[in-house]
Amino acid sequence: MTTTTETSTTTNFEAQKGKPLLEIKGLNIGFKTQNGYVEAVRGVDLSLGQGETLAIVGESGSGKSTTATSIIDLLPGTGKVTSGEIWFDGKNLVTLPKAELSDIRGREIGYVPQDPMSNLDPVLSIGWQVEETIRANRVATGRKEVRAHAIQVLKDAGLSDADKRLKQYPHQFSGGMRQRVLIGIGLSSRPKLLIADEPTSALDVTVQRRILDHLETLTRDYGTSVLFITHDLGLAAERAEKLVVMYKGRVVESGPSQEILANPQHPYTQRLVAAAPSLASRRIQSQISPSVTHGVTVSDVGSDDALRIEQAHEREAAASKAKDFIKVENLTKVYNIRQGGFKSLELKAVDDVSFEIPRGTTMALVGESGSGKSTVAKLVLQLESITSGTVAVDGQSIGALKGRELFDFRRRVQPVFQDPYGSLDPMYSVGNTIAEPLTTHNIGDRASRQARVRELLEQVSLPVSTINRYPNELSGGQRQRIAVARALALKPDVIVLDEAVSALDVLVQGQILNLLTDLQSELGLTYLFITHDLAVVRLVADNVCVMQKGKVVERATTDEVFSNPEQAYTRDLLEAIPGANFQFGA
Amino acid sequence: MPSSPSQLSADHFVADLEETPIRAVDAVDESEKPRSSWTDAWESMRSRPLFWISGVLILLIIAVAIFPGVFNHVSATSANLNNSNGSPRAGHIMGFTYQGQDVYARLIVGARASLTVGILATLICTVIGIIIGALAGYYGGWLDAVVSRIGDIFFSIPTVLGAIVIMTTIPNRTPLTVAVILAIFAWPQVARQMRGAVISAAATDYVMASTALGVSRFRILIRHVVPNAINPVIVIATVSLGTFIVAESTLSFLGIGLPGTTISWGNDISSAQTYLRTAPLPLLWPAVALSITVLSFLMMGDVVRDALDPKARARR
Repeated sequence: MTTTTETSTTTNFEAQKGKPLLEIKGLNIGFKTQNGYVEAVRGVDLSLGQGETLAIVGESGSGKSTTATSIIDLLPGTGKVTSGEIWFDGKNLVTLPKAELSDIRGREIGYVPQDPMSNLDPVLSIGWQVEETIRANRVATGRKEVRAHAIQVLKDAGLSDADKRLKQYPHQFSGGMRQRVLIGIGLSSRPKLLIADEPTSALDVTVQRRILDHLETLTRDYGTSVLFITHDLGLAAERAEKLVVMYKGRVVESGPSQEILANPQHPYTQRLVAAAPSLASRRIQSQISPSVTHGVTVSDVGSDDALRIEQAHEREAAASKAKDFIKVENLTKVYNIRQGGFKSLELKAVDDVSFEIPRGTTMALVGESGSGKSTVAKLVLQLESITSGTVAVDGQSIGALKGRELFDFRRRVQPVFQDPYGSLDPMYSVGNTIAEPLTTHNIGDRASRQARVRELLEQVSLPVSTINRYPNELSGGQRQRIAVARALALKPDVIVLDEAVSALDVLVQGQILNLLTDLQSELGLTYLFITHDLAVVRLVADNVCVMQKGKVVERATTDEVFSNPEQAYTRDLLEAIPGANFQFGA
Repeated sequence: MPSSPSQLSADHFVADLEETPIRAVDAVDESEKPRSSWTDAWESMRSRPLFWISGVLILLIIAVAIFPGVFNHVSATSANLNNSNGSPRAGHIMGFTYQGQDVYARLIVGARASLTVGILATLICTVIGIIIGALAGYYGGWLDAVVSRIGDIFFSIPTVLGAIVIMTTIPNRTPLTVAVILAIFAWPQVARQMRGAVISAAATDYVMASTALGVSRFRILIRHVVPNAINPVIVIATVSLGTFIVAESTLSFLGIGLPGTTISWGNDISSAQTYLRTAPLPLLWPAVALSITVLSFLMMGDVVRDALDPKARARR
């Protein structure tokens, strides 16, 4: 292609900007399930102009991904478009024959999937996978030309030494690099439209920003329209001109994204916007005053328990002034990784980490994946052995605990894990799950345990009828509340929350954070809150430790870290939060 | 506060509130009946015609095995050589064997031997496989290494071949001995499957949460890991029941399974085989019975797999 034609196409883009490229009218999509027919998308209208960027936001199950995949006829399983029209570049994709559609798919509509870890074939080289796309879309023919084009695609996607990397396999690439490859594949044939389904939600914030910046540059250069699917309002505010808010398969609000987020009209959008954490947020304050509620939690328990509670109160009184209820000193954890044969490699996951947590406060441990924050959590929980250094809880060093002492220690420190789908035994009913700590520690008889389970369910605001349900019937947020209830059953002093809200939708996340804050002031709990999300830290933490590569790089109160970050790394993290400085309305 | 709609730009669409009512955040749907994964599995099985067909057949076969007297009043052993390879007639709907015995009667009586071997072998091999596989997968280390290699040794010997070698040395063969010998060569398959499932179940967060609660290691294995790892083994067990029945018939056919004095489908096929060209019916009937029995268990295994292993279901 010569330079002149390229300029002419560019001017063409300019002239056509704003003209609708994609128009969806009255789209209905249904799924056949065991229990009959379920409508996942109901009467959706949207339109996307040439060169525009549109974001569909909504919680999981709102139909946003279903809408996007229906455009390229990749609906999963039994999904079917039941009525409506999808106009793309003058053609109705719903009625288009399969052969013509597959010609458009990939060549005119690119797709970037969500999970970079599972969307590249691990047994084929990166080069092969890029070339396959190029050949399938007939962008180039001939071995050499295809190869040259593949290198160009990867270079454009931001992989500098692309020619060498063609021979490598996906496992040799980091998550961010894999996502670049997928973006490269999606854009390889210069499509008119790119559908990006949560393209960066599996990545760290700093990587996310680099990838999104890059995607923006590329699509601007090519004049590509972009359809973003995201749950992140900040990202939508920052990256998209138009916004479509979906709820239960319907569009509840759509229009210019800045206007919607600054001035939301529909109650659901208002709710979403209000729950979106940003750097302007403040720490959540409990709605319950601690003095009133102490009596309530103590009631309705066996005499055995009453004694223990009394002891707990004595403990509390003795330690209430202790600044270092949890004291971590020079904590180090080294893993030996087998390298094959008799060789092994030492990996320092946690490197000389020290911090203190005063009683009744929240310490946030922030860092990107691989920073060692979750390992610290496992060490504090004594799920892994300490290599060197000490962890002391209430003056008791926990590294050397064994047998009975360790068993007793477990009553005082409890975890809540990240994955709400993995942390509850699917074979256990909710009642049995919450009762397990009580039976394990032989507390009370059957009836008093039942009463305690009911009380705990109430504490985490779930109806008592949940007791007979199984985890597969509950949503992620509900499961996470069950996990909190299980952690609370033994009346612990400390709860270690390992990315406990990261997998949840923003509204549900806000709800769990409120619950945790209320429980903290009600029960005097101390939290170790591990997260990668700085915006959430703002909402719950009193103190922050920023971790990088196993070391603590910055340690201060939350206000200090956010108003005056000392380390460049912390500043990077703060700046990378999408829509960090956007003033949300409502 | 939201401003009045007049301030909004032209393409700012807001849905009618009445058409899009919003519900409380993350409310529990209390209208649905509570359902465990077993309830789900049952509902999935119940909706498949294959489940009912194979279920009725299996029940029928079991009933025949337990109460042969209900289905047959003719002696299975009394022989009248006048009827040698005789064709069907009233009262003897399937005709006679070479020895002049009633084919239908032998078919009914033989069901018990075949089914006993099948069920016993399945039970023995499943129990051994579950215990060994679970311990190896859960505790790992040298135990795993030793057990896995021993399993490999047995695995490398074809079941029927191994059984032939051992059976020829055993003088008094009963359904129990046949079942034990078959199980000895078949348990590694169950153990392997169990070991893999246990390893993946032991790596879950709920196991870690239980550890943090102070639940002992062995108790976690019994209460959390095994119940979550058992599904693929149940599937294998249902399918292998059919193959064990076939294996018993094979051994009996070769004359080294159940002794000739025991009435079983395999023995009858074996003795009818000599006259296949002149009188095929005495061979055909036990063969058909065998096929139907094995097919029923395989179909049931298929349905059970679809119900217990949703991933396999999705692939269908």
